[in-house]
Amino acid sequence: MKPASKVFTALIMIFLFAPIVILLVFSFNEAKSLSVFSGFSLYWYRELFRDSETLNAVKNTLVLAVCAAAISTVMGTAAAVGINKLRNRYLHAVMDTVTNIPMINPEIITGISLMLMFVFVGRLFGAATSLSFWTMLIAHVTFCLPYVILQVLPKLQQMDASLPEAAMDLGCTPLRAFFKVEIPEILPGIITGLIMAFTLSLDDFVISYFTAGNGFQTLPIRIYSMTKKTVTPKMYALATIIFFVILALLLISNLSDSDGSRAIKAARQKRKNLKAQNSI
Amino acid sequence: MKKILILIAAIVFFAIMLSACGSSDELTLNVYNWGEYISDGSEGSFDTIREFESWYEETYGQPIKVNYDTYASNEDMYNKISSGAVSYDVIIPSDYMIARMKDEGLLLPLNFDNIPNYQYIDESFRGLYYDPDDEYSVPYTYGVVGVIYNANVVDEADAQGWELMWNEKYAGNILQFNNSRDAFATAQYKLGIDVNTTDTAQWDAALEELKAQAPLVKSYVMDEIYNMMESGEAAVGAYYAGDYFTMLDAQAENVDLRFYYPDPTNYFVDAMCIPSCCQNQELAEIFINYMLSAEPAIANAEYIYYASPNSLVYDDQGYLEDIGEEAVAILYPGVEDFSQLYNTYAYRNLDSDTLDYINTLWENLKIN
Repeated sequence: MKPASKVFTALIMIFLFAPIVILLVFSFNEAKSLSVFSGFSLYWYRELFRDSETLNAVKNTLVLAVCAAAISTVMGTAAAVGINKLRNRYLHAVMDTVTNIPMINPEIITGISLMLMFVFVGRLFGAATSLSFWTMLIAHVTFCLPYVILQVLPKLQQMDASLPEAAMDLGCTPLRAFFKVEIPEILPGIITGLIMAFTLSLDDFVISYFTAGNGFQTLPIRIYSMTKKTVTPKMYALATIIFFVILALLLISNLSDSDGSRAIKAARQKRKNLKAQNSI
Repeated sequence: MKKILILIAAIVFFAIMLSACGSSDELTLNVYNWGEYISDGSEGSFDTIREFESWYEETYGQPIKVNYDTYASNEDMYNKISSGAVSYDVIIPSDYMIARMKDEGLLLPLNFDNIPNYQYIDESFRGLYYDPDDEYSVPYTYGVVGVIYNANVVDEADAQGWELMWNEKYAGNILQFNNSRDAFATAQYKLGIDVNTTDTAQWDAALEELKAQAPLVKSYVMDEIYNMMESGEAAVGAYYAGDYFTMLDAQAENVDLRFYYPDPTNYFVDAMCIPSCCQNQELAEIFINYMLSAEPAIANAEYIYYASPNSLVYDDQGYLEDIGEEAVAILYPGVEDFSQLYNTYAYRNLDSDTLDYINTLWENLKIN
């Protein structure tokens, strides 16, 4: 690298990570201040684990993220398989566009329209409260879905279409061929999609804000509501923990992805060798 | 592969069970409050919500689950409640929002037979403008705006009245509110103009005062005031008395923050109310009554650090000793007739024409 590009890379790294480093450092601050670092202490971490309402919000956020990620992964994978099988080129393009809409649509519009729909349907059935855990889950699945499809579809397109056909030729039922041959082949995409859906659901504020019902408050909403008084350093501690958890997930996802592609390459090589042998 | 699928299915099932259980036939109470606005058990304090749950079970022999949610502003809360999509039993809005919600029929009149502890609310907190007949609300906290200054920069002799915020000696050290109503109010109190006036000429006069101040102002701030005052970046700013102590706790070594009340100044009250979407009014009233009893009321006053209108709190020796003499003097400035001062100087809802006019003036100020 030339010196100029080195400097440029360093600058970008600083801009990206300085805020996180500051947060990390001040989560270990003894005092409450953001301007004075008075000494190293785990005090705010201890306080965090005593704050039952915040821990409850963390639990809610995790429950929601796990459910939303699991449901949207299953639905998204099924949708991707379906879209991939479409033979009509125009229909294929239409489906691609339609599934991308929730991703491109501004979050605030998705949030408001979902809230309106829930309230409308709730009134229709005469429910006293139309927003609850379930409405929030539906909202989260809605915006996670396109990301899962986006991860799985290219893997399906990369896959050799004759593989499941070969499996069925050898006596597999279509379902068995799907689980034994197709799924292992597209697994890296599914896992990446799952992790993306999980992290997206975890840090979503705007859509959650509009669709949250009573008694189910997620962490981003709780932190936002602390602005009447100042946000306590407990939240820096929590943010630090979350940052490292997400970092770990990303590492796992990237490793599994490269593992997966290595496995696929190895399998392709094997197949080529076999073909070569057969032709002889 | 199957194993992974089974694992995911198991996690989903477990997660749903976790969130769904406990909601069977247990009593529930939904409370909606400001963030960080109740003693929550942190730093060894009283955990109000958990204590209420166990107190209720002991007293009435029935378990109860309190869902406690928080909001960031009166407007956030108002939007949720008025959408009709949620149902809360107890909310704690500020004065002007209570007036608005009451006018729109979003509040229920309280049955004070279930709130006997209301007797401890001081007489001077009754008949406040937002609820003149004391039907809809029970005061929770109140506060007064004062001027905070760094004594290492500001001369003790200059520290009085609103004039300090216009003192040229401290040019570039002064912070002004970044919110039209609060900023105009500082000029109006200084000039002796009614903050609720509908006379545009008087608003113009306040604008001229703010324009004269503009070259001296370091920046227009809201929450940023904490860090700027604590670090000594700025030396003069107006804010709520209770929040001064937050800054004092965190001030840097070379900073010596002090506080005083200019006269006249602004007051606010936050009060407990029951919204019309309430599912169990009696339970909500029992909760409000519990919040007024000695132990939770004192714990909340110590946690929030705003003044309490409850005589069980401000007459309690332990509480007064805990917060210390200086805090007592500042939080409870000993006004003789709170309701009279409050009804004169607190903000009221202005008609939309006046609000539009103020916003135009404010934009005009910010552009120059």
